Amino acid sequence: MKPKGWKDLPPGSVVLEAGSAVKFKTGSWRAYRPIWHEENCIQCLLCWIYCPDMSIKVKDGKRGEFDLDYCKGCGICALECHGKKGKKAIEMVEEGK
Amino acid sequence: MAKVVAVTGNEACANALRQVNPDVCGIYPITPQTDMMQRYASFIANGKVTTESILVESEHSSMSACIGAAAAGGRVITATSSQGLALMWEMLHIASGDRLPIIMPVVNRALSAPLNIHGDHSDAMGARDTGWIQIWSENAQESYDNTIQAFRIGEHMDIRLPVMVCLDGFIISHSIERMEYLEDGEVRDFVGEFKNFLPLLDLEKPKSYGPLILTDLYHEYKRAQHEVMTKVKDVVLDVAKDFEKLSGRKYGLFESYRLEDADIALVILNSAAGTSKDVIDEFRQRGVKAGLLKPRLFRPFPYEEAAEALKNTKAVCVMDRADSFGGYGPLFMEITSALYHLKERPVLINKIYGLGGRDYMPSHAELVLNELNEIAKGGKVKIIKEYLGVRE
Repeated sequence: MKPKGWKDLPPGSVVLEAGSAVKFKTGSWRAYRPIWHEENCIQCLLCWIYCPDMSIKVKDGKRGEFDLDYCKGCGICALECHGKKGKKAIEMVEEGK
Repeated sequence: MAKVVAVTGNEACANALRQVNPDVCGIYPITPQTDMMQRYASFIANGKVTTESILVESEHSSMSACIGAAAAGGRVITATSSQGLALMWEMLHIASGDRLPIIMPVVNRALSAPLNIHGDHSDAMGARDTGWIQIWSENAQESYDNTIQAFRIGEHMDIRLPVMVCLDGFIISHSIERMEYLEDGEVRDFVGEFKNFLPLLDLEKPKSYGPLILTDLYHEYKRAQHEVMTKVKDVVLDVAKDFEKLSGRKYGLFESYRLEDADIALVILNSAAGTSKDVIDEFRQRGVKAGLLKPRLFRPFPYEEAAEALKNTKAVCVMDRADSFGGYGPLFMEITSALYHLKERPVLINKIYGLGGRDYMPSHAELVLNELNEIAKGGKVKIIKEYLGVRE
């Protein structure tokens, strides 16, 4: 696609398309990757509530795998996770290892 | 029918704003502007306008509130001076970058330190590069007329830019002058209904203001912003034409006073131009061909037109009521840039005058005109930039 020239821009720095942030994949910013251990998960959905990037997909009231296209690896989900019997359901591991 | 009144510059501007009756007004006090927004707050309290006031905790917040209200889709005003304008600085760029036509009288005042509340142009000159249109006013009448015209200019669909209307602190803001008000209905019809452009409150068409734009497009956005400024001159002249039909008062990009056949000329902004014109009349009576150019539109600056108006002079003094320490005065830099491209151009000198409200007297204008007369007769320029009326 040909990059936009200055005459092609809408007036002012206004984004006219709603919800266009979905096109901007920020997963590559991540230094730590969250791993979900389903066996320790009680489906409390605290991770879903706390995730600032909507990177935890919920279907039929239950969470599944992380959406790594947008997860920046902040680790809030792992911090908030209660897990089961003292064992966390979310673990952060260094990318590339 | 026009109504002749005796009012201060602040009162005149407050009444212009009342006649327009905008949707939202950000209010924060600062001398010498305080009195203008205080009057406007009274209009709100007394039901003279339906404007929603936002009382904020600083000018930074005031401009932020104005940006929000303008992006939402309202006609928005505020007013400020000096430190207040300085505190707004980062938000000024956002108002212009987002193309929000906020109208703001700026009652010109010196900047700290040392603390000084009186009239000079340091505040507005500091906001020169913020992307706002700047219109300067000599007296209460011009402040009033420019405030009304500013709405038509900034809100024009090809422009959509914020506008500062500059008037001198105390000298104009607090001095009572004779001037003429237009009828409320005339002003309302002149500015017209506010037309929205990409309002945030249009929920059918959601949008985002102020996104992150990095190396891929920022350069293009700024180029586009410059392009808008190139269209402002024509709009200013069109609006002035309509305003003349309504009021009988003529406005241009600048005022040329006895400049057509002038050998020597002063270039000077705002209230001091009035004093200078009196002295120029005296010099004319003595047979000295003196003239004056008083810029009205400072941003965008009308370089070609100013050069055309000054090209036949022999010596010109550009008078600055603001300084760029280690540089020339800001108005001097514009005029030298305008004249450089001429094959033959006048000799130029720069005087810094009236900082912090120091009185500009007829004797100062005489001193400068005498010096210009000597230069025009072939005398040498001793010093390009000098401070007028400063004690040794």
